[in-house]
Amino acid sequence: MSALKDRLTPDTLASFGREIDAIRDEVMASRGSSDARYIKNLIRTQRILAVAGRAAIFTCLIFLPDAYVGIPSWPAFWVLIACGTASLGIAKILENMELGHNIMHGQWDWMRDPDIQSSTWEWDNVCPAEQWKHSHNIVHHTWTNVIGKDNDIGYGVMRVFAEQKWHPYFLTQPLSNLMIALFFEWGVAVHDLEVYKILLGKKSLRETMPLARQILRKVLPQVSKDYLVYPLLAGPFFMPVLAANIIANLIRNLWTYMIIFCGHFPAGSNVFTAADVQGETRAQWYLRQLLGSCNIRGGKLFHILSGNLSYQIEHHLFPDMPSNRYQEVSPRVRAVAARYGLPYNSGSLIRQFGTTQLRILRQSWPSKPVNEDPGTTKPNHGLDAAS
Amino acid sequence: MKLSISSAAQVAEEWFNLLFTPLKASHYLELVNPLWNYRQLQARVESVWDETPDCRTMTLRPGKGWRRHRAGQHIRVGVEIAGMRHTRTYSISSPPERNDGCITITVKATPGGRVSHHLVRNVTPGSYLPIGLPQGDFVMPEAVPARALYITAGSGITPIMSMLRSMSANGALPDVYHMHFSPHAFNVIYGRELRQLATDHPRYKQKLIFTQAGDSSAAIVNHFTPAMTAEFCADWRDRDVWVCGPQALVDAVTVAWNEAGLASHIHVEQFHAALVAANTDVKGGRIRFKQSGREVEATGQTDLLRVAEDAGLNPAHGCRMGICHGCNAKVLSGQVRDVRTGKVTDCESGELVQICVFAPSGDVEIDL
Repeated sequence: MSALKDRLTPDTLASFGREIDAIRDEVMASRGSSDARYIKNLIRTQRILAVAGRAAIFTCLIFLPDAYVGIPSWPAFWVLIACGTASLGIAKILENMELGHNIMHGQWDWMRDPDIQSSTWEWDNVCPAEQWKHSHNIVHHTWTNVIGKDNDIGYGVMRVFAEQKWHPYFLTQPLSNLMIALFFEWGVAVHDLEVYKILLGKKSLRETMPLARQILRKVLPQVSKDYLVYPLLAGPFFMPVLAANIIANLIRNLWTYMIIFCGHFPAGSNVFTAADVQGETRAQWYLRQLLGSCNIRGGKLFHILSGNLSYQIEHHLFPDMPSNRYQEVSPRVRAVAARYGLPYNSGSLIRQFGTTQLRILRQSWPSKPVNEDPGTTKPNHGLDAAS
Repeated sequence: MKLSISSAAQVAEEWFNLLFTPLKASHYLELVNPLWNYRQLQARVESVWDETPDCRTMTLRPGKGWRRHRAGQHIRVGVEIAGMRHTRTYSISSPPERNDGCITITVKATPGGRVSHHLVRNVTPGSYLPIGLPQGDFVMPEAVPARALYITAGSGITPIMSMLRSMSANGALPDVYHMHFSPHAFNVIYGRELRQLATDHPRYKQKLIFTQAGDSSAAIVNHFTPAMTAEFCADWRDRDVWVCGPQALVDAVTVAWNEAGLASHIHVEQFHAALVAANTDVKGGRIRFKQSGREVEATGQTDLLRVAEDAGLNPAHGCRMGICHGCNAKVLSGQVRDVRTGKVTDCESGELVQICVFAPSGDVEIDL
């Protein structure tokens, strides 16, 4: 992949870096009340969706035939519980992606609002915020797509790039893939433990115990909330509540899995070696982020639901820029990429997710890295599957 | 098994909080009424009243968790300007005896003051402001002293007004002398009320001095002098003095009382003026690390992370290039310069700053 990085001469590269810097400086200087309104409205909307979801899940119980209220109605029951579960699932998605992930990146620290600070936000899933900030903000964003350094490449259990060394264990990865999808929040929870290093003997179990205890302290209230306390409140009708909460969490797991896997695994994404990034300048860091990230096309609602990670490239170039600004910045970044002859990986959800799944299947078998020539970027076209 | 009421309540509260974890019930109650915010005290602006062309009294209704103040105390008030929260301190001008659940603060739009201007011009009734609990020891002793001397200027009258109103509400103003400096007769804050108090309470001796009036016969001298005090209040040496106003007045009073050997009589209330205009010149200063107690000189060229490491500390850090916020540290006082943009920002006390891309601009105290 060094061929890619040598595409730009040092001068051109520096100029590229300055242009990206200029975009960043301009947007950061223009943060103001409309941005503040955006995040505050989103927090408000998310919490209302959560309350409405839980309320619907409980209200549906009165329509059960066994309920003592005497207004049995299966249609009412099913509609309410479906809507409630969907609402709760969407609330969890919004909280984890557009709120939690972005707030913990420090995107909203500038507001000096103590409720919306990266230092204190705890998000609604089983992963402790402290560990997420370490494994994601520090490790993943610094070492993006560097083999052997970025733990997000395969999450320690899968081989997603030919540059990773093959091992017969990876033949099972279609199963790991499914498990990660279904139980994604649990994968995220233990991510910072680097379990694969413990299994390979590179890390001792003892040194990870404090982290494991911290995870348990997060897990217990979360699990109690959804799978114990709310169902118990329903008394003899705990089953629908329990099922609804399980499914809401499952909805969040599947959606976040899909969006996050589309971030760096679709066809055309690039990986790097530790040698590639030695002595990296800021401009080179920008270039690596651009080459290693992939966007997903979609409408406004899709972008919000994906936590604006559909703008993965912009997010990796500007991790602490308020997420609502990625949309306006994207055409500018795309234009810069085109002018410097650099790829800009953007595709439909089907294309990005589809090629990701194909990659997971393909790389479970032995393979050799292919030295792709990414070609030049055509104006208004990303690196689409067709080219 | 012994189960006291308080521990049962605690257990119940823990289970109750599980319904909202990782949030609290308060987060959801706020959606209905912002005043039901148990975590962070809020106040609703009930009404506003312009005391003078540039001075406004705001009537605030504090939310859950408020406790009654003592006359003379102040509160921190937060206000959002262009998306960012700024915090300033204001004296409570209403007396603690007021029992309609409201308090008042009186804000003067200081020249060049961004926050005071916004409060005086842009905050409307019905909006909500985060506030702090009442604080401060600029108060009268519980047993009201027989004799007190107040020296105030401009908007410095606000804490004293709370005291005067409180004493007035409790019956009669005791033997109190009050010197108040104001630019003109027509824009004295609480002018009418002050004159009424003087009329109603013969033992309350009031002297209004107009510092910018031309040759008004009421103004013998325009600015504070010790001689002025002696002439107004013969037994000033026997009284405790409460002074609130601009730096010059506070300094003059402090010097005069120190020279008379009466430093123990002085009570001062002062809030920091608006910070100096940011300059983009690279400026060094003294860096103080609060936790370790170390102090070093810095040129202003190097980011605070390297300054700390050169001083022998090992602060947490991550990417070392301003991306990951892994090095966030609290700057307790001073100004810092973003080495990426050159922009200097003043840190409201306790601001978290990415020390790998911020260099000091002048003296800085940092919580490391």
